[in-house]
Amino acid sequence: MSNAATQNKGFAAVLWDYLTTVDHKKIGKLYLYAGGLFFLLGGLEAMIIRIQLIKPENNFISAGLYNEMITMHGTTMIFLAAMPLLLGLMNAIMPLQIGARDVAFPFLNSLGFWMFLFGGIMLNVSWFTGGAPDSGWTAYAPLSTQSPGHGVDYYVMGLQLSGAGTLMGGINFLVTIVNMRAPGMTYMRMPLFTWTTFVVSILILFAFPALTVGLFLLMFDRMFGAAFFDVALGGNSIIWQHLFWIFGHPEVYILILPAFGLFSDIFSTFSKKRLFGYTAMVFATILIAFLGFMVWAHHMFTVGMGPVANSIFAIATMAIAVPTGIKIFNWLLTLWGGSITINSAMLWSLGFIPSFTLGGMTGVMVAAAVADYQYHDTYFVVAHFHYVIVGGVVFGILAGLHYWWPKIFGRILHEGMGKLTFWTFFIGFHLTFFIQHFLGLMGMPRRYWVFLEDQGLDTGNLISTIGAFFMAFGVIVFLINAIYTAVKGEKAPADPWDGRTLEWAISSPPPHYNFKQLPLVRGLDPLWIEKMEGKGKMTPAEPLGDIHMPNGSIIPFVMSLGFFIASFGFIYQTNYDIAYIFLFGGMAIGLGSMLVRSLKDDHGYHITKEELEREAD
Amino acid sequence: MANNTNTGNPDTFHKQKHKDEMIKQLITFVLMIVFTIIAFVVVLTGMDKFFAIPLLLLLAVVQVGFQFYYFMHMKDKGHEMPSLMIYGGIGAAIVTVLALTLIIWW
Repeated sequence: MSNAATQNKGFAAVLWDYLTTVDHKKIGKLYLYAGGLFFLLGGLEAMIIRIQLIKPENNFISAGLYNEMITMHGTTMIFLAAMPLLLGLMNAIMPLQIGARDVAFPFLNSLGFWMFLFGGIMLNVSWFTGGAPDSGWTAYAPLSTQSPGHGVDYYVMGLQLSGAGTLMGGINFLVTIVNMRAPGMTYMRMPLFTWTTFVVSILILFAFPALTVGLFLLMFDRMFGAAFFDVALGGNSIIWQHLFWIFGHPEVYILILPAFGLFSDIFSTFSKKRLFGYTAMVFATILIAFLGFMVWAHHMFTVGMGPVANSIFAIATMAIAVPTGIKIFNWLLTLWGGSITINSAMLWSLGFIPSFTLGGMTGVMVAAAVADYQYHDTYFVVAHFHYVIVGGVVFGILAGLHYWWPKIFGRILHEGMGKLTFWTFFIGFHLTFFIQHFLGLMGMPRRYWVFLEDQGLDTGNLISTIGAFFMAFGVIVFLINAIYTAVKGEKAPADPWDGRTLEWAISSPPPHYNFKQLPLVRGLDPLWIEKMEGKGKMTPAEPLGDIHMPNGSIIPFVMSLGFFIASFGFIYQTNYDIAYIFLFGGMAIGLGSMLVRSLKDDHGYHITKEELEREAD
Repeated sequence: MANNTNTGNPDTFHKQKHKDEMIKQLITFVLMIVFTIIAFVVVLTGMDKFFAIPLLLLLAVVQVGFQFYYFMHMKDKGHEMPSLMIYGGIGAAIVTVLALTLIIWW
């Protein structure tokens, strides 16, 4: 069955396969495709922003469109590109790393993906229906409550859908890691990427409800005449900022921690050394997650919370530099004395250390509440968060993609093009954002459509735009690389990098049941232990037997489609009564699918022992 | 914990255990209803606020405890991780609310 899957199937059959799949590896690929597409969209928006700012008082796009661009760039990159790309890597790799045959809830996994995708489509539909959201990716009230048209409504409904999807993904990963580790895989033997997936899932579980609540309040304010954020009617517009950042700050750790995890795996693999300070790395991760909940108000120093609050949040924020520093030093010490291989995955990881450290340094600067009055809402902050998010998360995603591409797609990315991508993107990134620190310090404010000439901002902005083109070039080379690899790339062996963790113990790409027999884990870096003891492959922990597999299902797709349609109903019921048909119709489809799912027993199927024996190793 | 419907096996030990468990569940259930009735009575009789509010809060806490430990089986073995998560979540929420009420003045 698994072999037949790769042999000439019609397009419709492949499409149906992916629409109904509950296999974590295929869902991982879907996340990567969709996230990649949104990454390109967000990148296009970024290019338009940079072209608008190439010279003083430029007229490339109108002021209103510029607001829509910056809003959609931020929202798309955070929610629809970075998160899904990371979720895709987690989905594809984490179950392999713990020696599981799938995630705990395959159906929920598929539902999470489709909810995310429909949420993303929802947001982008707004371009064609009279204007995208234009109140910034943070959608601060009262700007967002008073924004005319339906743009912000699309923001609310789109993020609500995709947020629900992410929440499902987080819960699913938690249960998977708690319950489905292979025999011998104790918590303190899990690879760092699995550890960070685990901690990130906790963050998702605790942080996303705050966003959900905030979005619901905004939804009621905009669509049903409530006044949660309307000061004139006794509301409080600051509540939005608190709710948004109680979610939003953990969100940035949700983004960066998986990158930390995969860098740890990559450094250790390509240095041929056990990760230095494994235990310290694990506890630093947990500590970052814990502190991540105590610092949200540092985004609001200039709101006027008072000196006590500002001081406490400033100190709590600076405390985060400690576990992060532990991590940086542990990576350096992992490299120290290692037998280092430098390839594209390793280049991204090595490039990450100085880039991210710069972002962390400016992070401590903006964390100083007093100084932040100067930095707030200037390009200094823009430079800061692009250094951590591009220099940390995007570098991480690209490193992870180069590292795990063979495992996910069965082919090795072209090294030459990989290096070209790295160097152009790396140079372009620093060209774009390093100068923005100084633009900010010279007083250039964020989110402004134009700047005046002869204020010392002209050259800096020009350099920044040139850098953006370098980055775009790097991304295009990566795309060509991906297509080239898919067509005539080198077929990957099971273990192309001389790996240490369990995912390299099975073929690339893995069979749909992952492990024929669950492996016995005898320590940290289990595959490496077997290699060092001369065996080279994992010892099975169980006799060969029937494998229980879940059936595919179209219900997640239909359910998400239902809620997608209902969202349009919610948005347009303020103008047209006919929208109620969409509202109730969509809800009926969504809730009906839930009912079908609850009432219909689906026990899955078994791959028999005989079938497994027939398939060659 | 799996509910064994395998009646062909006269496992008296497990049968007794299930019976005990059922009795505990019933007792907890009855207690929960009694607590709820007490709460309503307290409010209906218009008791003094200084007495009523702490009493209601106390009853609420006990009910949450019953919910977690009996109905959601946190008293049983193998529930360390769910407990950790629940208490972690409660902790994060309390800290957040404390910060909002104590040090932020709006």
